[in-house]
This record gives sequence, C-alpha cells and structure tokens, in this order.
Amino acid sequence: MAELIPTIIAKYNYWIYITLMMIGLYAMIAKNNLVKKIVGMNIFQTAIILYYVSIGVKKGATIPISTGGHGAVHEAVHAADYLNPLPHVLMLTAIVVGVATLGVALALCLRIYSRYNTLEEDEILAQIRKK
Amino acid sequence: MKIIGLIITIITGAFLVYAAADFPAWADPNSPASTYLSPYFIENSMKDTSVPNFVTSLLADYRGFDTMFETTVIFTAGLVCFILLRISGGKEPETSHYRHVLTGVTVTLKKGHKIPESEDFERIDDLWTPPDLIIKTGCRLMIPFIQLFGLYVIAHGHSSPGGGFQGGVILGASIILLAISHDLRTALEKMREKVVAILCPIGVSIYAGTGALCLLLGVNFLDYSALASVLHVDPIAARSHGIFMVEIGVGIAVMTTMIWIYNNISSAGKYNQGL
Repeated sequence: MAELIPTIIAKYNYWIYITLMMIGLYAMIAKNNLVKKIVGMNIFQTAIILYYVSIGVKKGATIPISTGGHGAVHEAVHAADYLNPLPHVLMLTAIVVGVATLGVALALCLRIYSRYNTLEEDEILAQIRKK
Repeated sequence: MKIIGLIITIITGAFLVYAAADFPAWADPNSPASTYLSPYFIENSMKDTSVPNFVTSLLADYRGFDTMFETTVIFTAGLVCFILLRISGGKEPETSHYRHVLTGVTVTLKKGHKIPESEDFERIDDLWTPPDLIIKTGCRLMIPFIQLFGLYVIAHGHSSPGGGFQGGVILGASIILLAISHDLRTALEKMREKVVAILCPIGVSIYAGTGALCLLLGVNFLDYSALASVLHVDPIAARSHGIFMVEIGVGIAVMTTMIWIYNNISSAGKYNQGL
C-alpha cells in the first residue's frame, strides 16, 4: 500500500481523465434525452483532449514557441526546453472539428424534434414501433 | 438500461485504470510521446521554416495534409447542417409581421404582400421581444475590437500562440455575438447567407490551391519551398509564407463554418430572428 500511493500521485492526471471519460460514456449509454447524450459525447471528447495535451507536458520545459524569435534561425534549439508540440497540433484541430460535429448532432436533433415532437429516446422508439 | 450502462462504464473504467498504471508519469521528459518524433520537429522547425511557433509549422507544414482534411471535415459539417435544416425547413410563413420602429405599431401581412422599402419598418417574428439597449450598445462597441483581435491572432500565428483555427473561431464568434445581441436578421445583413456559403469553400480552396500550386511548380503537394520562385524569396522564407497563405484559408473556412452552423441551428433553417 505504501508504494502504491506515489504511483497514484505520479499519475493523478490519468485518473481525472478516466473519471471524466466514464461520466461521458455513462451519459451516452444511460441518458434518455438525446441532447443529454450529446453533452455526454462532449464530456468524453474533452477528456480525450485533456489527456492528449497532458501527454505533451515535460518537466522544466516552456511552451513550444522558440524563445529566440524570428532572428534566431541559426541558434541551436534543444528539444528538452520545449513542450511536445505534436499533441497540441492534434488537439487544436480536434477542438474545432468537435464544435463542427456538435453542430451536426444538434441539427439532427432539430430534425428529429420537428418530426416526432420529442427528444426522449423511448418516446421516439414507441412512435416508430407504432407505425 | 441504466444498470447495464453503469456496469459497462465501471468495467471500461477498470480496464483503463489498469492500463494507465503502465503509462509514463506526469510531466516525464522521457515519455515515449516526447522522445521519438517530436524532438525532430522542435529542433528543425526554425531551420526548415523559420517559424518560431513550432505548433504552427507542425500544423501547416509537417502535417499539412492532415490539416487540409480537417478543414474539409469542418466544411462538410457546415454543409450537412445546411442540407439538414435549410433545404427542408426554409419555407416562408403564411403571415409576416412588421414593426414600425418609432411608434411600436405592428403590422401583419398575408403571404405575397410586401411593405414598401423604408427604414421605419423592421421585420419581426411571433416571439419578438424588445432588444436590450445596454446589451446592444455594449456588443456593438465590442465587436470591432473582437474582429481586430481575430485578425491579429491569424496574422501572428507564426510568432505567438494563434493561427487560422483560433483566429477563425474568434472572427466567427464576433458575428455570432452580433446575432445574439441584436437578432439573426441584423447579422445576416452584415454577412449574407450566400457570402457565407461561398466563402467557406473558398477557404478550403485556398488551402488546397496552395498545395496544388506547389504541385504545378514541380514538387510534392504542399511543399511550400517551391513558392520561392514565385515570391522571390529563399526557400526557407517561402515555407513561412506558404504557411501563412494556408492559415488564411483555414481562418476563412473556420469563420464561415461557425457562422453557417450557428445561423442554421439557431433558426432551425428558417433564417428568421433566431434565438
């Protein structure tokens, strides 16, 4: 038990993302309202984005922008001084794509509402079975 | 369903916790993600592209192909919202209401009739509420500065945090703020539906066109160093300028997609007063 505690503390970021991700997954599976499912999907997405950004963190490093500025082309750059820019790039696009897919999901919800007059999953399924 | 969902969630969570035990510790400089490819990007970005912001050079140069298709995904999402809501939902209502601004009198007209063009009347909907003067004035004062900041973020993506995606979202948010604080019709007067629908593919085309221009100049797709002969600069500076051209395309595409999605969803495709 005594050696387990440092492991738990050293990886505390992962426990936060797992918790967030599971909240999102549970909302997607168990919630009856379609908008609540979309909210769950967004919580899930946010957990993944946080996870990726945390992968890029290095101890003692600064943000991935060269401190020398434009003039320092021939200055040696040490990789250990800068955060890993790769996860930042991946998540930068993922955030905007996430907003766009959220828009598509909400548009689908609007269409479903205009046809069935409800966003509750069981009521929609009951109406479909009746036909 | 709730109990099954809870069981699935707990089992998945347990697997993830079990897997996370093997993951590198928080902020470990020797973690696998930071050791193989990323040192190359950090150490060679300045030499290859002369862009101090490694995220920008990585986004638009090393991973330019990926970003191009991300932009296409955004454009497709905007298009899907348009097809789902606007094409089927854009019918004119049976009656239309006009409000005389000075007296507050509302006139209801049947379909087919129109009020003569005049500044005194504004088109309103059934659920019209008077706009708040403080919010209207405050947002009108703020919007130009928000747009200026958006342009700054796009233009300074090379040397400070920013770039096409972030600046595009800020520019889109300024128009959305106008639509929220006034109403959607006011925002549509400033940024018409057709302008939005044409600018969005133009943004994607600027990106793909820059890549195709490199192809025409005899090198690989999106290899900006070929632009040196067109721009009369050395190949390293040409890569920096190529990144900037691409960022402008991304900025336009993202801005218009945000506006497009908001316009369609907030009015359910009817393009009336909106929220």
